[in-house]
Amino acid sequence: MAFFEYEFMRNALIAAVLVNVACGIVGTYVVVKKIVFISGGISHAAFGGIGLGYFLGINPILAAIPFSLASAVSIGLMSRRTKISEDTAIGIIWSLGMAMGILFINLTPGYAPDLFSYLFGNILTVPLFDIYLMLGLDIIIVIIASLFYREFLAISFDEEFAAVSGVAVRVFYFLLLCLVALSVVILIRVAGIILVIALLTIPASICRLFTYNVRKMMFYSVLTGTLITLAGLLLSYYLDFSSGAIIIIFASAVFFVSYLIKKFIKPGKMT
Amino acid sequence: MDSNNYSCQQQPIVEFDKVSFDFNGYKVLEDIDLNLCEKDLVAVIGPNGGGKTTLIKLILGIYRPSTGTVKLFGGPPEKKRHNVGYLPQTSSFDFSFPLNVREAVLMGIYRGAGKRYGKKDYAAVDIALETTGILELKNRHIGMLSGGQVQRMLIARALVNNPGLLLLDEPMSGVDPEMQASFYELIKDLNKKMAIVFVTHDIGVIAEYFEKVICLNRKLFYHGPKEGSLGKLEATYGCPVELLAHGAPHRVLKEHLH
Repeated sequence: MAFFEYEFMRNALIAAVLVNVACGIVGTYVVVKKIVFISGGISHAAFGGIGLGYFLGINPILAAIPFSLASAVSIGLMSRRTKISEDTAIGIIWSLGMAMGILFINLTPGYAPDLFSYLFGNILTVPLFDIYLMLGLDIIIVIIASLFYREFLAISFDEEFAAVSGVAVRVFYFLLLCLVALSVVILIRVAGIILVIALLTIPASICRLFTYNVRKMMFYSVLTGTLITLAGLLLSYYLDFSSGAIIIIFASAVFFVSYLIKKFIKPGKMT
Repeated sequence: MDSNNYSCQQQPIVEFDKVSFDFNGYKVLEDIDLNLCEKDLVAVIGPNGGGKTTLIKLILGIYRPSTGTVKLFGGPPEKKRHNVGYLPQTSSFDFSFPLNVREAVLMGIYRGAGKRYGKKDYAAVDIALETTGILELKNRHIGMLSGGQVQRMLIARALVNNPGLLLLDEPMSGVDPEMQASFYELIKDLNKKMAIVFVTHDIGVIAEYFEKVICLNRKLFYHGPKEGSLGKLEATYGCPVELLAHGAPHRVLKEHLH
């Protein structure tokens, strides 16, 4: 296929895998712990980091790392340490981050090139540096997630009991939000800020329908997500539409079809 | 109440010193003094809203007292609670969570951040499941259990770490009547190895199985063996002590020997 002879296609392929390693692992926790909207808040707030990157004249993705980590910790602190309810905290940090992004871009003289690609993503234009960055963040996520698998599982299942059994619940909750923040950074180039939450949750939600085991759910999510991303990429290439949008529309379609298929599978047959 | 406190032979495993707990400006518990000793078997009774679950959560350090101090195994509850087995009154978890019975029970064992499970831990899970009689369900998804099986799984989770104190907050909910008798036998058996605090509404069984009774209705009204002034307590505070006394006075209120 002529398709893979282009360097940008090879990068797109690698990016698809790297993105879905993060999505499969962290997305599984996002789905089972039901922190989809916290993750949505963190991902939108990351726009502030993109703006900051423009303003400082550095790679916006690099600037997004500390910014997303800070918004993850802020949402966590607001919802856990104050009487502000969780969804209020999400709403505030979500819009505050985006507003700061716009402000930083206003402050930056001249035109902001490829701003759109950060908002909507473009898997075909991921630069090599960003590929290495994604790889580095993936490695961090895999190490932390496998070291503390037990802790993350415990706080996702039953926080109160986890605390009683001796798990430092607050520490691991914040660490999990930080992993979400890092995944968001990995995803920005591919899915764009607005669509990040879809790749973080849809593959894991699909796999949850078919397994009762968290490790399997992660593994299947990495595979499913990668296949969906590649299929969406091919579709967008031939249809000439935005890759981010096509990938997510395709992922949603797979989810609905899977949901229907699941109706015909007896729960006893699942593992 | 002079009868609220009594001394243990060894250091008490739970000590409440003038503990009060306010929740949203409402006094849930007031001025509680309480000692629990090793291998105590204590029933906690009292009306709804009387503070039974709050007492359990104070022991565990999930709640902190508004005034007074709580000690668990001689130290702060947050630092010592890993030695407590806990069965919550209501389980807040999601039954569709991807987890099987064995994995859920394994959550009762925790040796510190990043420590993995070994063969010993899986063996402990098997023993706990055997004890509660659901070993054959160990690979089943938690969403496919009956109410009674869920309680057995959660008791196994509370037991698996061989705790020195077992806190059971209304463990009989969802357990069918035929099973209840064997359940109480299990409790008695476990009590040979650990202290047990048992929150219940089932006053009828207290006489038969428990040596001490705590009655909570904002204040702590009766604890341990002293028999005096029970009728007055009931009239004043709404604790069903009369039922206890009339049910089986000599067995309920017999002297507790240390």
